Amino acid sequence: MSFVPIIEVKNVRKAYGEKVAVDDVSFAMPPDAILGMLGPNGAGKTSLIRMITTITAPDAGQIFFHGEPLSGYHPTQIGYLPEERGLYKKMYVGEQLVYLARLKGIDQATAESRAKEWLAKFELENHWTKKVEELSKGMQQQVQFIATVLHDPKLLILDEPFSGLDPVNATRMRTEILRLHHAGTGVIFSTHRMEQVEELCEFIVLINHGQNILNGKVSEIRRRFQDNRFHLEFNGSLPAGMGDYFQLLNPTPSGVDVQLSATQTGNDLLRYLLDHNVHLITFRELLPSLNEVFIKQVTKLGPEAAAPAV
Amino acid sequence: MKNLWLVIQREYITRVRRKSFLLATLLTPLGIAVFIVVVQFIFSYENDEVNRIAVVDQGKVFSGPIPDEQGLYFKFVDKDIETLKGEIRDSEDPEYGSILVIPEVKNTRAKDFRIQYFSDEPLTLDLEMAIKGRVEKALRNYKITALELDESLLKSLDSDVDIRSQKITVEEGEKADTSMAGVVGAALGTIMGFMMYLSIFIYGMMVMRSVMEEKMNRIVEVVISSVRPTTLLLGKIIGVGAVGLTQVLAWMVLIPAVIFLATLVFGFDADAAQQMPQSPEMDPEEMQSMVERVMAGVAEMNWWVILPCFIIYFLGGYFMYAALFAAVGSAMGDDLGEGQSLTLPITIPVILALYIMMAAMQAPNSSLAVTSSFIPLFAPIVMPARLPFGPPAWQIILSLLVVIGFAAAMVWLAARIYRVGILNYGKKSSFKDMSRWLFSKY
Repeated sequence: MSFVPIIEVKNVRKAYGEKVAVDDVSFAMPPDAILGMLGPNGAGKTSLIRMITTITAPDAGQIFFHGEPLSGYHPTQIGYLPEERGLYKKMYVGEQLVYLARLKGIDQATAESRAKEWLAKFELENHWTKKVEELSKGMQQQVQFIATVLHDPKLLILDEPFSGLDPVNATRMRTEILRLHHAGTGVIFSTHRMEQVEELCEFIVLINHGQNILNGKVSEIRRRFQDNRFHLEFNGSLPAGMGDYFQLLNPTPSGVDVQLSATQTGNDLLRYLLDHNVHLITFRELLPSLNEVFIKQVTKLGPEAAAPAV
Repeated sequence: MKNLWLVIQREYITRVRRKSFLLATLLTPLGIAVFIVVVQFIFSYENDEVNRIAVVDQGKVFSGPIPDEQGLYFKFVDKDIETLKGEIRDSEDPEYGSILVIPEVKNTRAKDFRIQYFSDEPLTLDLEMAIKGRVEKALRNYKITALELDESLLKSLDSDVDIRSQKITVEEGEKADTSMAGVVGAALGTIMGFMMYLSIFIYGMMVMRSVMEEKMNRIVEVVISSVRPTTLLLGKIIGVGAVGLTQVLAWMVLIPAVIFLATLVFGFDADAAQQMPQSPEMDPEEMQSMVERVMAGVAEMNWWVILPCFIIYFLGGYFMYAALFAAVGSAMGDDLGEGQSLTLPITIPVILALYIMMAAMQAPNSSLAVTSSFIPLFAPIVMPARLPFGPPAWQIILSLLVVIGFAAAMVWLAARIYRVGILNYGKKSSFKDMSRWLFSKY
């Protein structure tokens, strides 16, 4: 890889008493990527994130931030939105944002002007002198998101950022995350909701039972796990004897999935269809969803290795 | 360091501006004032019953009229007792409510003397005291005359012993007179001991609540992704300590002011003073010398030792207990009620220390008091109370070292529990868990 990774995790291990939460995990993340950290609840995602945010330290292994070993300075470069979130209920919104930004090393004036800008983006500018407890839950989440990005971090770590948000606010937050990403901020996105990852992430790290069982580019992974399946849509009907040659799945009047055997290729299927004058509209390879990949990976390790149900 | 300052500021500002803080700061002195006024009112409440007593002085014990007071009137009556009883029984509005019969004094050397009281109303305690006092005084005068004693000789039998204690080894610049040191010392010691006790409880609990609040709000994970847990804990303890200092200082000004105002407005002070049993025949000269000796006692206190030591004990005691409360707070679960048992091991030593302190006031150099001065959890409350009695220097130094060392150790210990505890959401943790966290890497 030609880039200096924004985060490089090398053989990191973390145990709490008897329980090994993170077991020999390694991965690297390009500086401006969106990385999805996937895994069922209790797989070790939060433990890993806490080490990256320097809240805890690894028992073994090392973590590098832009090639430097993690130190006390790096937290100012990271914005962290924990899954368990909350704010000081009795503090005013503006005051709270400024306080959290100043803890990240931003001076008072800058913190104030940035907080105002961000509140305006979320149409919360009139709530500067409101106490947090007076805001709705959705508003509180947005304030917390603002607190996460106020110090202009190089790396954003979001643990289940959309949980509990209504669709409008979720969309607004996603837009802002993507905007930050385009401006060059790295984003680690921890979730167990696969469909969100497929939408947003270029890279994934799949964690189960504390181990990194899969990582890489989303498109490559899906290709790696493709299992020779194609989707057809057509006008008219299929040749009557097609089932003798190919395994047909989920047939509908105008479409069908075809499972090829190991010796067959897409070209074989296409040739057969053309030979039989099928009026084709769509011919496309079916790639497995991340969810399928995930389930496959987890169950491959045997049922007792499978993490608790998501 | 900058973050420590930010944390302290936040803890201080958000607390001081709360309504509950303002109310507690302002209402406590007011409450004390109201309490004093009410207590004074109750004690000075005039007896509004009216008692008219017919006195049948068969023994001629009284040599002159019996002094009346409000609601209590005596009149000598020279009538038969049965007639009087009949008058009271039959009349709608009798002249007297009760009859006091004083028999002849048969034996002037007898100590016991029985008089009779007839009334349909029960004899109240107040009334009994009033009657007994008058009769006893009259009887004394009667006996003096009867036995032909010399009044002035009798007076000389009563003595008033007053100990003037002096030091044997008088150091330079020191006065030998230590007469009032014990009283002044006990008062000063008790005040200091109580201040320690209250501060530890009020502000230690405040630190605990602050920790629990952050843990329950889940803000703590965000904060410790920017601030080291130890810094956060230290900032909390110092910030809340500053809040406590503000409140104590405010009270030190407000409480005397409010009491002064209350006495000024209600004017109860003069009345109450008159009600107080007067110490017999304290002549102004003696009074003057007493005040002088109290002042001397105050001046004789070794303030240069007491005040700095008190401040160190205060800080040391506060830090050690606040750290313990913080550690316990971090181990609390989301259910407040079930966590109460965790605070018990902290509150028990504080309360024990208070009792030891009170015992130490009686005997500042007892082995209990001396030993407790070196037990870390007791020393911050017991030792300040002993300071006015001038304990040996080695005891002060050793005790100070113990307190400072233990406070530092507690902060360190609490920080180790705290950094694990605050991230342990959900159930409350046990002491076993906490001891495990002590030695865990984070």
